[in-house]
Amino acid sequence: MIALAGTAPDATDSALVPSPYVVKRFVCETDDTFTLTLAPSAGGDALRFAPGQFNMLYGFPAGDVPISVSGPTWRKDVLIHTIRAVGPVTKTLAQLQRGDSVLVRGPFGVPWPIANAEGQDVLLVAGGIGLAPLRPVLYHVLKHRRRYRSLTVLYGARTPSDILFRQEIAKWQARSDLRFEVTVDRSDASWHGHVGVVTQLLDRIELSPLQTCAMVCGPEVMMHFTRLALSKRGVPSSQMYLSMERNMKCGVGSCGHCQLGPFFICKDGPVFEYPRIASVFSVKEL
Amino acid sequence: MDLAGLADFVAALWSAGYRVIGPTVGDGAIVYGEVRSLSDLPQGLTDQQEAGQYRLVRRNDDALFGFHVGPHSLKRLLLPPKERLFTTIRKGPALTVVPEQIPTEKIAFLGAKACEIQAMLTQDQVLLGGHHPDVQYLARRRNLLIIGTSCTSAGGTCFCTSMGSGPSVGEGADVALTEVISESTHHFIVEAKSSRGAELLSPLRLPSASSSEQQIAAQQVAAAAKQMGRTLVTDGLKELIAQAMDSSHWDSVATRCLSCANCTLVCPTCFCNTVEDVTDLAGEHSERWRRWDSCFHEDFSYLHGGAVRQSVKSRYRQWLSHKLSTWIDQFGRSGCVGCGRCITFCPVGIDLTAECATLQARHP
Repeated sequence: MIALAGTAPDATDSALVPSPYVVKRFVCETDDTFTLTLAPSAGGDALRFAPGQFNMLYGFPAGDVPISVSGPTWRKDVLIHTIRAVGPVTKTLAQLQRGDSVLVRGPFGVPWPIANAEGQDVLLVAGGIGLAPLRPVLYHVLKHRRRYRSLTVLYGARTPSDILFRQEIAKWQARSDLRFEVTVDRSDASWHGHVGVVTQLLDRIELSPLQTCAMVCGPEVMMHFTRLALSKRGVPSSQMYLSMERNMKCGVGSCGHCQLGPFFICKDGPVFEYPRIASVFSVKEL
Repeated sequence: MDLAGLADFVAALWSAGYRVIGPTVGDGAIVYGEVRSLSDLPQGLTDQQEAGQYRLVRRNDDALFGFHVGPHSLKRLLLPPKERLFTTIRKGPALTVVPEQIPTEKIAFLGAKACEIQAMLTQDQVLLGGHHPDVQYLARRRNLLIIGTSCTSAGGTCFCTSMGSGPSVGEGADVALTEVISESTHHFIVEAKSSRGAELLSPLRLPSASSSEQQIAAQQVAAAAKQMGRTLVTDGLKELIAQAMDSSHWDSVATRCLSCANCTLVCPTCFCNTVEDVTDLAGEHSERWRRWDSCFHEDFSYLHGGAVRQSVKSRYRQWLSHKLSTWIDQFGRSGCVGCGRCITFCPVGIDLTAECATLQARHP
């Protein structure tokens, strides 16, 4: 039985009630993707988060959607989110301008295993907008570079014009302490890089499978094939982490929408060590 | 306690500041409403239940709690079908969020069946057991006093004994009643189940029940346990369902299931909800409302690109497997209390116990 005693419930404690934030910066990343820098309207520090966690961002008056934090953990004054405009809420968020308000609840969910990965090779595999939830890991590893062995990022975008964080990627690619590879599904005349799915990049890199911690984020089908490719290269499944996605309304496991078998993606995930979800991953219509 | 004593108890609850809610008759069913006096209770009525059938019929006695369960459950009081969570006001570019007030109304529920109380404890785990307890639910739950009634008969779709949730009122109640009727007597065996319950009972100065009176009451409850209209074999069921995701039996259920969501609305443990934002025309005032939702709706699992569970088969499988299998993974207990509502109120009479029996027979 759940004990009911204790402090009296307070309406302001509700995880379902958001706080106002102000848009400090709006950056267009691609035709349909943008990055919001948000600061609390009331001043003070923003919500603290860990890489891989998400917030529910409320675009007034359309409603809210779960969006992973894409900025660095050490920016205490702001929250940075990178969003693709695909539905009514994200399209409302896409109309925001500097000085406009957004409502924020969070942070929610289980983060990437940045502590477990210490002392290991870190391999980040991202598909599309999946790069955004992995960017805080990249920032973290670069800031604490000595705690980790090699750092490799494999990133697949649909076309060259869909590539996120272009200028930042160029800077990362110029560094000697990480390897950042980009591929596109469909090329155009401007592109001189690799063409093909992201798993093909995996075939081209050197890997110490037993010392690799792989964090994978992208469409389910992309994560499926990445997982198979990692297995083929000998990476134990217990060292593969995937970030799952389902419909979310509450973020705290009480609305039931995000269930995947026994898991509430919002509170048991979104990041899962692969063996935990192996039995439910890729089950049709689960 | 005799009928006059119960009437005094109801009056005492009102004067102690409780709004007394309990079984009443409405729309040809037992529904929950205000109980100002004993005449509000469904005296002399019971329900006949079968798959897809529910009828109120007259009993051959004047029992007040001689029914089983109806379409309503305690979740209506604790997790209302629709409630406002907060209001947002826009002034220029600024947004102000006004959280909904914490509910303060004290409610005493008279006549909760054992399965109802177990269902409430099951929902407590979902809404209060995590890192972020639901403050609205918590406030209502703390202000709810439960007067349970142990069942002395079982309905046609009841299977609480299979789920270990009845027919005797156990933990979760503040007061437990057992209604005893014979040709010579109509009284209640009363038991305080919490300190709050004991405090409310003590001014009534009830006479102690004799051991033979207690024995008769216990025998009647034990008799109800032997009359269950349905049985569910739970042994190995959790694992069986988890392994039967590809069973062709889901296709068979899907040919009958209308995906109407009735089962989830009457289920006393189904908690799934969604939110709706209602805005004025000027776009300056918006309210967020939470309302019941159902995994039987196609848009329940909507993700960019479409619903994850597009087929009716996948939605029925989600409901049944959550209720009887993954709920145990999540909360350490089944999501089913064996009240039988989903069987009774299914318009096509799909019977969860029969579907499980078929699964068990097909996948031994």
